[in-house]
Amino acid sequence: MAKSKLRKTFMEPLGKNNPVFVQILGICSTLAVTNKLQNTMVMVLGVTFTTALSAWTVSLLRKHIPSRIRMMVETMIIAAYVILVDIILKAYYPEMWKQLGPYVGLIITNCIVMGRVEAFALTNKPLPSLVDGLASGLGYAYVLLIIAAVRELLGSGSLWGFQILGSWWTNWAIMIMPPGGFFMLAIFIWVIRETVMKEIDHA
Amino acid sequence: MPSQVSAFAVFFASIFTSNILLTNYLGMCSFLAVSKEMKTSVGLGAAVTFVLAVTTPLNWLVYQYLLIPFNLEYLRFIVFIIVIAAFVQLTEMTLERYSEPLYQALGIFLPLITVNCAILGASLFMVIREYTFITSLLFGIGSGIGWFLAIVAMSGIRTKLRTAKIPPALEGPGITLIIAGFMAMAFMGFSGMIAVS
Repeated sequence: MAKSKLRKTFMEPLGKNNPVFVQILGICSTLAVTNKLQNTMVMVLGVTFTTALSAWTVSLLRKHIPSRIRMMVETMIIAAYVILVDIILKAYYPEMWKQLGPYVGLIITNCIVMGRVEAFALTNKPLPSLVDGLASGLGYAYVLLIIAAVRELLGSGSLWGFQILGSWWTNWAIMIMPPGGFFMLAIFIWVIRETVMKEIDHA
Repeated sequence: MPSQVSAFAVFFASIFTSNILLTNYLGMCSFLAVSKEMKTSVGLGAAVTFVLAVTTPLNWLVYQYLLIPFNLEYLRFIVFIIVIAAFVQLTEMTLERYSEPLYQALGIFLPLITVNCAILGASLFMVIREYTFITSLLFGIGSGIGWFLAIVAMSGIRTKLRTAKIPPALEGPGITLIIAGFMAMAFMGFSGMIAVS
């Protein structure tokens, strides 16, 4: 396996094949957890961990999974890792676990995880699959962190729980409420497509 | 905490004030992909409502009578997803065998539903909020109706959008998300009526 190919596998999900703003996958959690940076960080770590390891596991087992029940097997593998994340969170960060509520469990139905497993891990060797899963997770991570930073800053005047903006700042309550998530993601997609993606399309 | 809240309050809240799509963002993937046409939206909406109405109480029974007695609560993710997948598969087969027109209308959407996060999400919410059986049943039905309402309204708006001039970079998912944002704001207007967390 040439190094350049691995690098390409790694770079693509970060840019022109980004799971969030190009493929529009995994939107549920993108919106639900991004009202605070800390929540978002925990969530993206969980998703990256699950995506990378389940892609790796499926790839290891790819020759032994009967194709008729492959969805079921993949779901089981993903769910096993999600349970791991859930248990670790519950044990070490019970407060965070409570705040994230059902969204940790919903990593199972996050289309990014299933998408990478189906589209890449089933037909590739373990190492590239791991890299691909990791990169998809990171591509998802940085988009979410940007969105979360803007939402938290505008919505609560703080970043990572620290008050940044002084008392002169009036919080935009809408930003931390559900509609804010929709608008923020839409604007993000708009800006990216208008600026960065245009160059890629022309190239 | 809200186990004392009356079941009907939960029912109405899950349709309007805490709509599973517009306030919890569940089921967004298929919402964005399928809401282009009214007919398919109605089909998918009905299928989601049906599956939600059955799997939420079903998972309640499984959780209360199978997982809790054996201290297996941590396995709930796997068990819930198996119940959902099995039920969806079963429904698809039954429809295909006995009712051709219904299969044409709903059946084709069923495979999509297993990975719809609204279904799993409702079951997880039901556990976290400690609903009773009746409440879970009403919560399942209500969430389904709420989802149905949202996707049908969205496809109605998107039909009108075809003739509108939209910046090219905003077409598709972008504009849909913005409309969803406005819809979420509209639904927030209900929030004074019933408050259930």
